[in-house]
Amino acid sequence: MRRAVLLAVLVLGVTACSEADPTVSGQGGGDDLSGPLTVFAAASLTDVFERLGELFTVDHPEVEVTFNFGPSSGLATQISQGAPADVFASANASQMAVVADAGSADGVPTIVAANVLQIAVPAGNPAGITGIGDFENAGLTLAICAPEVPCGAAAQTVFAAAGITPSVDSLDEDVRAALTKVELGEVDAALVYVTDVIAAGDSVEGIDFPEAEEAINSYPIVALAAAPNPDAAQAWVEFVLSDVGSAVLAEAGFRTP
Amino acid sequence: MNDPTIHEVSLPDPASEPRRRRRRRTRRSDASGTRIPLALLLPAIVGIAFLVLPMVGLLIRAPWSDLLVRLAEPQVGQALRLSLVTASLATVVSMILGIPIAWVLARSRIRGRSILRALVTVPLVLPPVVGGVALFLVLGRRGLIGSWLYETFGFSLPFTTAAVVIAETFVAMPFLVISVEGALRAADARFEDAAATLGADGWSTFRRVTLPLVAPGIAAGAVLCWARALGEFGATITFAGNFPGTTQTMPLAVYLALQNDPQAAIVLSLVLLAVSLATLTLLRERWLTRA
Repeated sequence: MRRAVLLAVLVLGVTACSEADPTVSGQGGGDDLSGPLTVFAAASLTDVFERLGELFTVDHPEVEVTFNFGPSSGLATQISQGAPADVFASANASQMAVVADAGSADGVPTIVAANVLQIAVPAGNPAGITGIGDFENAGLTLAICAPEVPCGAAAQTVFAAAGITPSVDSLDEDVRAALTKVELGEVDAALVYVTDVIAAGDSVEGIDFPEAEEAINSYPIVALAAAPNPDAAQAWVEFVLSDVGSAVLAEAGFRTP
Repeated sequence: MNDPTIHEVSLPDPASEPRRRRRRRTRRSDASGTRIPLALLLPAIVGIAFLVLPMVGLLIRAPWSDLLVRLAEPQVGQALRLSLVTASLATVVSMILGIPIAWVLARSRIRGRSILRALVTVPLVLPPVVGGVALFLVLGRRGLIGSWLYETFGFSLPFTTAAVVIAETFVAMPFLVISVEGALRAADARFEDAAATLGADGWSTFRRVTLPLVAPGIAAGAVLCWARALGEFGATITFAGNFPGTTQTMPLAVYLALQNDPQAAIVLSLVLLAVSLATLTLLRERWLTRA
C-alpha cells in the first residue's frame, strides 16, 4: 500500500519531502545544528531513513534532511564525482570501500545493520513456492537482482550454497524493481531482502530458507570528508547508531549489532 | 551546422514549390558565409558544445587499450543486435499506428482533438519506469488485457522480446506522432482538396498526395522515434525485465555495467553511440536527402 502511494506521488510529479510537523518541532529547542543535511543511502534503507528523518527533525528542527536513495554503487560513483553529500550509508562493504579508499570518508565506517535474503511471493503464494530449489524450475516466472548489484551478488552466493542452477526471467537493476514485479503478481517469486518483504505489506509474503545465512549483507555508514554540513553529518550517524535508530531498523526487519 | 539539408529534415515542410525556392536561397547565403546573424551563431555554438562535450568526455575516458577485448565479449554483440532489432521494430509499429494518429489529429474534425493530443503525448511526460508499471497493469498476466491472454492462451507478454518492442513503442511513438502532425499542419491542404475534386477517394488522396507531401516529416519523426527507442531504459527494464539475449538491450547492459565496471559502461555507450550515428548518417545519405 505504501508503495502504491509512492507511485501516485511519482505519477503526479510531486516531490516528496520530509517536513516535520510544526506543532511537534518546537520540542527540540536550544539546538545549534542547522542547514541542509544530505544523506546518500542504499535504496533498501528508504523507509527506515525517511522515518528516522522525521524523528531527527524533531530533535533538530533547524536541520533540513534530504535523501538520495539509490543503488549503493551509483551513490558511490556520485560521491566520488563530487556530489555534495554529508553521509553515505551503503548496502554492502564493497561500495563503502570504494568511497573510503578514495579518501572520501571522514573516519572509519560503522556497521549499522545487516540484512538477509528471503523469497518474496505474491499474497497467497499462487505458484506454491516452497524453497530456494524452486528457482531451478524453468516453468515458473522468476526474478532476481542482476549479479552486478549487491542483492544479485547475494543471490549468486545462496544459489552456490544451495547447489542449484537458477532459471530466472529477469535480472533486475535493484531489489525494489524485483519486488515491484512480485507486488504486481507478474513473477511467481523473487529473491529480495527480508526488509523489502516487510515494507511491501500485505501484497507480498516472505519465505525463509536456510542458505540465506550464507549471504548476510552488512550496512556500513559514514560521515563524508567533504560534507558541507559536517556537524549535522556526525549527528545523523550517531542518531542512526543510537537505541532509537536500532529500534526503527529492527522494526523494519534489519538485524542490528 | 551550415548543411542546408539539416533544415530540410528537421523543420515541418511547407509545400514543395516554396521549399525549392528557399533551398536555393539558403545555399547562396551559406556560400558567402556572412549571413548567419551573430545573435544566432553564438548561442548555436554554445548549444552545440553543450550537446557534444559530454560525448567528448566519454571518448577521453574510454579504455582504448583493451577496447577490442571488451567488444569481443559475446554479451555486447547480443545486446547490440537486440537493441537494433527491437528499436527498428518499434519504429515500424510506431509508423503503422502513429501516422494515422497524426492524420486524425491534423486533418479530422472530430471532437476532443486537443484532449486526444494531450493523451497521446502522456508517455513523453510519464517517467518511463511508471510507464513500465502501467504496461504491466494492462498487458501483464494480471493486467486488464494480459490476464485474458494468459488465461485463454497461456501466453504472457512480460519478460519476452515482444515486451521490449512494446515498451519502446510506448515511449517512442509520441515523438513520431508529433513530428508527423506538425508536417501535416504545415503541408498545403489545397493539394489534397485538388486531388479530391479530381475524383480521388480519401485513401488514394492520403497515399498519393498527403504521404509524399509529408515524407520528410515522417522521416524526421521516424529518426527521432528510432533514436528514442534505441536509448529506452526505464519502461523496458520494468515491463520486459533484463535477461541477456531476450530482453537485455544496450541501455540496460550499460546501466548494469556501470554498477561495478564503469569502464565497460563507457565502452558499451560508445558502441551504442557509434552504431546509432552510423545508421542515421547512412540513412540520411541513402534516403533523406532524396526526399
